[in-house]
Amino acid sequence: MQGLEVRHLSMSFGGIHAVRDVSFEVPAGSIFSIIGPNGAGKTTIFNLLTRVATPSGGEVLFDGTNLLGLRQNQIARRGIARTFQNLELFQDATVVENVLAGRHINFSTSIWQEALGVAETRRQEDANRAEADRIVDYLGLRRFRDTPIAYLPYGICKIVELGRALAVKPRLLLLDEPAAGLNATETQRMAHWIRDINTSLNVTVVLIEHDMRLVEEVSHRVLAMESGRVLTVGEPQEVQRHPEVIAAYLGGVIA
Amino acid sequence: MIAELLLNGIALGCVYSLIALGFVLIFKATGIVNFAQGDIMMLGSFFGLTTIGLWGMPYLLGFVCAVLATAVCGYLFNRLLLQHVVGRPEFQIIMVTIGLGYILRTIAGVVPGWGSLPQRFATPFDGKVDVVFGMPVSQERLVIVLVTAGLMVLLFLFFRFTRVGIAMQAASQNKTAATLVGISVPGVNSLVWALGAGMAGVAGILIAPITFVYPGVGYVGLLAFPAAVLGGFGSLPGAFVGGIVIGLLEVFSGFYLSEWVRNAAPYMALLAVLFIRPSGLFGVRLQKKV
Amino acid sequence: MVAQNTAPASRRSGQMLLLAVVAVLAAAGLPFLINSFFVGVVTSVLIWTIIGLGMVVLLGYSGQVSIGHSAFLAIGAYGHALLIGAGVPFFLSVPIVVAACLAVGALIALPSLRFSGVYLAMATLAFAFIVEAVIGDLDITGGRGGMPVPREKLFGYSLTQTNVLFYATLVLLVGTFLIARNLVRSRTGRAWASLRDSEVAAASMGVGIARYKTYAFAFSAATTALAGTLLAHKVGYLSPDGFTIQQSIEMLILVVIGGMGSLAGAFYGAAFLIILPILLSIVKDKVPSGMGELPGLEAGIFGAALIIFILFQPKGIDGAIRAVLARLKNGTGAGRDDHAGA
Repeated sequence: MQGLEVRHLSMSFGGIHAVRDVSFEVPAGSIFSIIGPNGAGKTTIFNLLTRVATPSGGEVLFDGTNLLGLRQNQIARRGIARTFQNLELFQDATVVENVLAGRHINFSTSIWQEALGVAETRRQEDANRAEADRIVDYLGLRRFRDTPIAYLPYGICKIVELGRALAVKPRLLLLDEPAAGLNATETQRMAHWIRDINTSLNVTVVLIEHDMRLVEEVSHRVLAMESGRVLTVGEPQEVQRHPEVIAAYLGGVIA
Repeated sequence: MIAELLLNGIALGCVYSLIALGFVLIFKATGIVNFAQGDIMMLGSFFGLTTIGLWGMPYLLGFVCAVLATAVCGYLFNRLLLQHVVGRPEFQIIMVTIGLGYILRTIAGVVPGWGSLPQRFATPFDGKVDVVFGMPVSQERLVIVLVTAGLMVLLFLFFRFTRVGIAMQAASQNKTAATLVGISVPGVNSLVWALGAGMAGVAGILIAPITFVYPGVGYVGLLAFPAAVLGGFGSLPGAFVGGIVIGLLEVFSGFYLSEWVRNAAPYMALLAVLFIRPSGLFGVRLQKKV
Repeated sequence: MVAQNTAPASRRSGQMLLLAVVAVLAAAGLPFLINSFFVGVVTSVLIWTIIGLGMVVLLGYSGQVSIGHSAFLAIGAYGHALLIGAGVPFFLSVPIVVAACLAVGALIALPSLRFSGVYLAMATLAFAFIVEAVIGDLDITGGRGGMPVPREKLFGYSLTQTNVLFYATLVLLVGTFLIARNLVRSRTGRAWASLRDSEVAAASMGVGIARYKTYAFAFSAATTALAGTLLAHKVGYLSPDGFTIQQSIEMLILVVIGGMGSLAGAFYGAAFLIILPILLSIVKDKVPSGMGELPGLEAGIFGAALIIFILFQPKGIDGAIRAVLARLKNGTGAGRDDHAGA
């Protein structure tokens, strides 16, 4: 199958089942959302998919290949990029440098060629800089291009991180709470990028999100989790009306 | 012969244990890798020289005063210096402790009566030999072992039963929770520094008759690193045993092999442990930074 | 917020290049302007700048700590002295020694990189002690007594001549600088900075963490060894006391005080490290008595400088200079002055 298949994924540490028996499919070209109260295991699923953490059981296939046999740094080469819940940007570097860092696997020069600064190195550097600039422009970050991250407002940083993930040139993009900390206008803009990345760049998107309006607006399908297990999977509206989902969120509020 | 080497090794190891214990104590509680631990030990040696040697206090009184003085210094180091770099990158904090060590060495060379030439002070055990199990045993070494053993028991009781000891453990395990139950973490950290420095001070006074007293004697303190790594880096009992192992390793390799092996052996052990069994000899899980 | 306060990269690097060329030409003219004592001092500064370049890459860019680089300095110096003693020419000996340290550096680094930074620091410390102990015991190195560095000629000129060594050092420094500059500006440099700031993010972009840490470590080992070969000619006599943990720590002081935000920090730090003791000895001569006799005063001043810099200027001299330049450029007070450095 083209796209992402997760089968019976489980993870436990120290007696806690962070993820238990989670299965879902994300067909290529779709937008898929994972919702659930804090601590439901959503980010853990991303960490398992990107090999930051190792599951205790289950299978993860992307375009037919098993991701669990790979190391953390091999995931990007399979066409998967991600963002992080709490920004993991490079603070001292500028916006364009952050995006350029995301181009890492799109270079083919050896460290020796880079050390000697041969013509091929310069050619690839120029090509990748041009690509990074295209991404900066695409995301409307031109006027912040040379500003260090430390000086940028949170909302802009979120988009920079999106840009850095796009720079990898992924077929699958994992977004961990892209709208967290954004105001209504910024969230609207984020929804626009997510849809546009999906349709015009033809990237499959999986996002973790709390903002139900955003989820409803962009997702084709939604998975709701609680305490590491799947409550339900379905169309956005039917998931929202699901009694267990409502209960889980209410429970979350009371707790 | 072997019995004598064994005692020498254990005595030397006890001193390393004391330094390593203070080092691990500070590391566990504050996360600081204290490169000045050896120089704090040196300070203890000089305080001993002052109270016992220069001022002529009775050995026991001088011993206690010198240890207290070293502990106060440890408290002040944290209060005046280390507390201000909390939260900085690990490397910067390491460099601050290195800088502190340099300054202490220079100060030791300047204080009247101290200076850079090796000195010694008299102890009640000088040259005295006891007979234990039919063997002649140097009192000096015996005292080192006994004092260390006694201190271990006290330390255990302190962490187990006193309010301060329990607060220290709480603060080192979970800072947020400790703050919530009303423990002042910076205050506790300063006390941990006092305790860690005090133990280095004890080591400094005990080792003085063997190494003599001079500003560079703190280099011995670097052996706290292999001792701590052998013990799993975050474990107090581990550091104790690690120190003993290093002491034995040094004495036996120096006797049966050669001088360079003696110098290199503790560090070879460190590398071996790091590469083969990074959790230390006793399988304490090392904390990986997240 | 500072937006758009930097010139386009191309123009900036053009200015830098011009500045560098002027600096090198000026340096090349030095021996005609100052006496040989000062040429010797400048040579020392340049040798330590080579070390500093590796340390800036290792600490500043990749964020790894080594307390054992004195070992590579020793291997470089002794290895080179032994090779030329065996008749290997300078041109062959230097690359052999540097390549060897590149390999040894990688070997030392790889296993310890699985763990947090403190473990690498411990492993390197141990390595340095072992190398020191071995060198102090071998017959061919003269043991604790040391060994003289054989006389060696370069294009027919003896390296014992101050000016010859100066030019050799200058050329090798320029070469090292160019390689370091190429690396930090390439994807390798970005990979280093990214794993320093966030290993998890770096890995998610496909950066092999252990691989790039090893590159940084091996590079710094190689530059330190290169400096060692030059140092051997500079001092003329090698003994284990010149290659202890003390020297490792001096390398760290160099980068802290010089600043590790850019390669220029290597030069500032080296200048501080070499010139301060010379100034001190001049002052000591002037002071009538007592004060001048202070043993270890130098160490205390280094220690104090270290603490003062970390507390108040953690970006070092380089950071201070760049802040001043930024202020001049902007005409406002909006220089970058945060503590977010490595």
